[in-house]
Amino acid sequence: MKAEQISIFMENRPGALEQATRVLKDAGINIRALSLADTSDFGILRLIVNDVEKAKEVLKASGFTVRRTEVVAVEVPDRPGGLHSILESLSKENVNVEYMYAYVERSGENAIIIFRFDQTDAAIRILTQKGFTVLPGDKVYSL
Amino acid sequence: MIYNEEFETLPREVLEALQLKRLRQVMERVYHTVGLYRKSFDEAGVSPEDLTSLNDLHRFPFTTKGDLRDNYPFGLFAVPMSNIVRLHASSGTTGKSTVVAYTRRDIETWSELMARCFVAAGLTRNDIIHNAYGYGLFTGGLGAHYGAEKMGASVIPMSGGNTKRQITILQDFGPTAICCTPSYALTLAEAGAEIGVDMRALKLRVGILGAEPWSEQMRSEIEDKLDITALNIYGLSEVIGPGVSMECIEGRNGMHIFEDHFIVETIDPDTGAVLPPGEAGELVFTTITKEAFPLIRYRTRDISRIMTEPCRCGRNFFRMERVSGRSDDMLIIRGVNVFPSQIESILMAIEGLEPHYQLIVERTGTLDTLTIKVEVSDKIFSDEVRMLQGLERRISKDIKDYLGVTAAVRLVEPKSLQRFEGKAERVVDKRRS
Repeated sequence: MKAEQISIFMENRPGALEQATRVLKDAGINIRALSLADTSDFGILRLIVNDVEKAKEVLKASGFTVRRTEVVAVEVPDRPGGLHSILESLSKENVNVEYMYAYVERSGENAIIIFRFDQTDAAIRILTQKGFTVLPGDKVYSL
Repeated sequence: MIYNEEFETLPREVLEALQLKRLRQVMERVYHTVGLYRKSFDEAGVSPEDLTSLNDLHRFPFTTKGDLRDNYPFGLFAVPMSNIVRLHASSGTTGKSTVVAYTRRDIETWSELMARCFVAAGLTRNDIIHNAYGYGLFTGGLGAHYGAEKMGASVIPMSGGNTKRQITILQDFGPTAICCTPSYALTLAEAGAEIGVDMRALKLRVGILGAEPWSEQMRSEIEDKLDITALNIYGLSEVIGPGVSMECIEGRNGMHIFEDHFIVETIDPDTGAVLPPGEAGELVFTTITKEAFPLIRYRTRDISRIMTEPCRCGRNFFRMERVSGRSDDMLIIRGVNVFPSQIESILMAIEGLEPHYQLIVERTGTLDTLTIKVEVSDKIFSDEVRMLQGLERRISKDIKDYLGVTAAVRLVEPKSLQRFEGKAERVVDKRRS
């Protein structure tokens, strides 16, 4: 039920992001969702792409420091309180959200949010029990 | 193994008698042949006849890099050019280059010293030596080359640069020993790994590494990445080139100074006072057998410590500790003395950090600021900002704790810092401009 995300280390300087997107473009890789965590001197670009293995390979070959990270893609009801209901069930069980970001596409009537939890397996178990839909990796990459 | 057992194991009192005899001869000679020495001895009110014991050497004036520069290019040579068979020049990182000269006998002496170094590293005539020190004006390449031939090993005159080709030769010729700077050993290890070569599976057994200060941690890293024993060699072109002192493979702790050719002293770099053995200070060398370019009490700017304890290898020469820095490399940051090698030790003590770093010193208003750029590696890259920031803070804290200076740490992309084929230059001091 887990999805895989590519994380890339970037210096905070003009052109750093552009180099990464160029490598992905040249390899024909499509970015499905992204977030950029930034500090004053560096950033971490996090991507959901249609081909994780290939993305990692071409980025590494171009000299980027790359890591694959397990994340969880959850369908969130597109109505007031939708996200809150998910977070509520997790905080009750003491699961911490390290970071999260929204997916570009929708899944039917629902939005999709990518989560990074401190306890990935526990989070998936809780969410499934509560009736939320956790999307498997292959489904996420090809939505 | 010992190359010249007779001289390398002389009992201390016999060695010192030999030193005094040779010292008197060289002093007498330079007084009559080199204008600088006649002038400086006269000014200091000393004469070669005053030398009744080795301690009398302390009364003679120092020779400095500045004296060499003032007498550029040939002013300090003690023999006519017709007797000189070789010239070398230093890289001149801190000003005009200094020129050194060798007679045929000097080349013989130097070759023997380098042969002693190779034998101290456990090499025999069955070994193949990959010599990646630069050939040319720099003394490293030719110095090691002549020594390797003298002791009868097979030498590959690679010189520096062209890293890919070096890796091919390392694979195809199967050298058992390598000579290069420690930073280049790491560059080779890294470049090899990158193109998929198992650098630990090469036939290399030992590295004779020097020409720049390095740390014990860097030694472990090189030994691990290349699966070799890494030994430290010391020398400087002014004194003779590489082969002034060498670590033995048996002791692997401090470099034996070839005292039958050089007299070593340590001094307080600020006052010039001679320090007792065992105390850290600036190394001062007097050459006692060189013909073309003798040097009296030459201040090296290298900071080290003399070790008088006996060594298990059987050599009776005193050892010097690895050079902890150069007194002119020393950074003074808000009044605190810092050597780049100290920062390197701290970085290398942190699991997963690569020894690729750069120090940038700037002045903001009246305050000095130190920024340390460190490359991120796969091992330390975390997907979480707080982990990376925690690493930056940890480095800053360690530097503050151990060295007492505040440093900003910046993680940078891998391979974004310059790689070095010769001596690494890791300090950018923007205060000077």
